[in-house]
Amino acid sequence: MYLRKTILATGVAFSALATANFAHAEPTAEVLHWWTSGGEAKAVASLKEDFEANGGTWVDSPVAGGAGDAAMTVLRSRVLSGDAPAAVQLKGPAIQEWAEQGALADLNDVAAAEGWDDVIPAAIQDVMKYEGDYVAVPVNVHRVDWIWANPTLLAKVGADSAPTTWDEFNALADKLQAAGITPVAHGGQPWQDATVFETVVLGLGGPEFFQSALVDLDEDALNSDTMKAVFDQMRKIRGYVDADFPGRDWNLATAMVMNGEAAMQIMGDWAKGEFLAAGKVPGKDFICAATPSENGYLFNVDSFAMFNVSGDDKVAGQKLLAELIVGEKFQETFNLLKGSIPARSGVSLDKFDDCAKKSEADLQAAQEAGGFLPSMAHGMALRGHLAGAIIDVVTAHFNSDMSSDEAVSRLVEAVELAKD
Amino acid sequence: MGASQSTESNLTASIQRHLSKIVVAPSFAASLFFVYGFILWTGYMAFSKSRMLPVWDWAGLRQYERLWQMERWHVAIENLLIFGGLFIVTCLIIGCLLAVLLDQRIRAEGALRTIFLYPMALSFIVTGTVWKWLLNPGLGLESMMHDLGWTSFKFDWLVNSDMAIYTVVIAAVWQASGFVMAMFLAALRGVDQDIIRAAYMDGASLPRIYFGIIIPSIRPVFLSAIVVLAHLAVKSFDLVIALTGGGPGYSSDLPATFMYTMAFQRNQLGVGAASAMMMLATVMAIIVPYLYSELRGGKKNG
Repeated sequence: MYLRKTILATGVAFSALATANFAHAEPTAEVLHWWTSGGEAKAVASLKEDFEANGGTWVDSPVAGGAGDAAMTVLRSRVLSGDAPAAVQLKGPAIQEWAEQGALADLNDVAAAEGWDDVIPAAIQDVMKYEGDYVAVPVNVHRVDWIWANPTLLAKVGADSAPTTWDEFNALADKLQAAGITPVAHGGQPWQDATVFETVVLGLGGPEFFQSALVDLDEDALNSDTMKAVFDQMRKIRGYVDADFPGRDWNLATAMVMNGEAAMQIMGDWAKGEFLAAGKVPGKDFICAATPSENGYLFNVDSFAMFNVSGDDKVAGQKLLAELIVGEKFQETFNLLKGSIPARSGVSLDKFDDCAKKSEADLQAAQEAGGFLPSMAHGMALRGHLAGAIIDVVTAHFNSDMSSDEAVSRLVEAVELAKD
Repeated sequence: MGASQSTESNLTASIQRHLSKIVVAPSFAASLFFVYGFILWTGYMAFSKSRMLPVWDWAGLRQYERLWQMERWHVAIENLLIFGGLFIVTCLIIGCLLAVLLDQRIRAEGALRTIFLYPMALSFIVTGTVWKWLLNPGLGLESMMHDLGWTSFKFDWLVNSDMAIYTVVIAAVWQASGFVMAMFLAALRGVDQDIIRAAYMDGASLPRIYFGIIIPSIRPVFLSAIVVLAHLAVKSFDLVIALTGGGPGYSSDLPATFMYTMAFQRNQLGVGAASAMMMLATVMAIIVPYLYSELRGGKKNG
C-alpha cells in the first residue's frame, strides 16, 4: 500500500512536471486543491474565472480523495522534486510546518498594498503568518460550534429554541428521549466525535480553558477536573445518540435532523449547505444556534499557502491570486457557495442567510471577549500528530465504556508521547 | 558476404539465446528498484526523525519505542492476531469442507464451483461495502428480522467496539474461502485413485479414507493456502476501510490502516515506516520458513 502510494505520487509529479514546462508570459498560477465536488467545486471555479478575467493563466491541479490525504502526498513529492505548485489548499499549523521547511513564499508586499492587517481578524492572521510574514491567504471562516435543530421536534417537548447551557442541553435531551425522540444525530467517525468533544470543552471549561488545554496543551489543564467533567458530558451525549451511529457520515446525520428522525446535531456550518440544498429555510425549518458557551467561537479557516516558485510569470500569478483571494468580490462569491462567511471585514453580508449573519455577529462578539479560538478537531489548533493523539483518546472513550478518569490519564499520556 | 552472414546469424543466435533474459530485464530492474529499493528506504525512514517530510537525521530506535507505546498500535496488533487467526482457520475449514463435498461427483458441480469461487473476483471494497449494509443494524439483517416480526433479534457487531473486528473476519472469509476450496479441489482431484480404491477394498469408511489417506496426502496444499491467507491478512487494508473505517473509534484498526493513518494523515512518517517494517517482519516470519522448506524440498528431489 505504502509503496503503491509512493509510486502513484511520483507518477503524478512527473506528469505535472511535463505540463508545467510550457512557459507563459502572463501571470500563471498552478493551484493544488481537493475541492472537487458540489459547492466546493463551484467555489473554486469562481476563483478561476476571477483569475482569468484579470489576465492570469490558471493551471488546475485537483487531487481528489481522502479529504486531502492524496493531495498532501502529491504535495510532498512535488516539493521534494523542487517543483512546488504556486498555491496549495492548506490550513492551520500545517502552514507553519511547511514554512519551517522554507518552502513558502513571502506575501508581505501584497499584504501591505491591500492592507490585510486591518481587515483580517488577528487570530486568523496568526495562522496565515510565519514569523511575522504572510505566507498564506484565508478564503473563509467556518464556525464549528453549532447546534442544528429541528424546531418541530423541539416543540413536541415544549422547547422553542436550542439550549444555552449544557445543563439545559441535558434536560432537553432527557425530555426528548422520554418522548421517544432521538435527541442527538451523530456520525461515529473520529473527527465527528472530536467535533462534539471540543464544543463541550469550550462550553464547560470556557475559552481560557480551551486555549490552555487544546491549543497550548498545558498538562495541568489536560489533567484537570474540568477535563473529567468534559468526558462525563461526552458519556452523557453518547447516551443521546441512536444505536446505529458508528461510521455514519456527517451529512446523513444532518439528514436525520432534517427528516425529523433526530432533534439536534452538533456540527460545523457546512451542515447548513445540506439544509439549504434541500430547500429548507433557517429559523423556520431548522434552527441554527451556537453550542452552549460564553462568547466562544471555534473557527475552521480554509486557506491557500503560497509556495516558492521561480519565474516572473509564476511569481506575478501567485501575487495576483493572493490579492484576488483576499479581495471582497471573491470572498463574497466563494462564501455564498461554500456556506461559510468571509475571512475579512468589509464584505457586505446582504446576500447571506440568517445563520451566516449570526455567525458574523458572534465572531465580532467573540473577538472582543477573547473567545475566538481555532478548532482542534479540524486541524486549526494543533499539528496533525498532536491533534491525532487527542482525537484517538476522545474516540476511544466515546466508543467504549472507558471511565472519565482513565480517559483523562490516557489523554495526558498520549499528548506527552506525541510531543517528543 | 559469407562472413557477414555468419556474424548476422551469430547475432541472431545470441539474441535468441538471451531473449528471455532481455525481455525480463526491465521488469527485473523495476522490481529491484521499486520493491526492494523502497523496502530499504522505508527501513531507513523507520530509524530517522522524519515527520512531515522524509529527513535523514538518525533517531535510532526511537520511532519503534514510540510505536510500541501507542495504545492504538496495540489494538491494531491484537486485531491482526484475532483477524489473522480466525480468518485463516475458518477459511481452511470451510474451504476444505466445500472441496470435499464438491468432490463427491455431484451434479452441477461446475455451476456450484463457480458460485463459490465468485466472491474472489470481487474487489475488497465491494465486499466491504456490501457487508457494511448487510450488517448495519438499521439497514440489514437485524432490521429485516425485526420487520419479519422477530423483534428480539440482535446482531450489532458492526457498531460494537468489542465485536467490530469479527465482522471483518466474516466478510473476509466469505470472500476467500471459495478460493481455498478451489485449491483443495484441485489437490483432491490429484490424489491417486488407485490408493482410494484399495482402501475401499479393505473396507475403510469414507470419513476414514478422507482423514487417513486423502487429507494427509494433500498436506502441501494446506501450507500453500496458509501462506496465501496469512499475507492477505497482514496486508488487509481496503476491506477494513470499506467495512468499518477502522471504527467504532479505532477498535477495528489493523496494522495497515494504522500505518496509513500515521504516514499520510498525521505527518508521522517515522512511526508509519516503523509500523510498515513490523508488518514486513510479520510477513517474513511466515514466508521465510515456507521458502526454506520449499527450496530444501526442491534440492532433495533434484
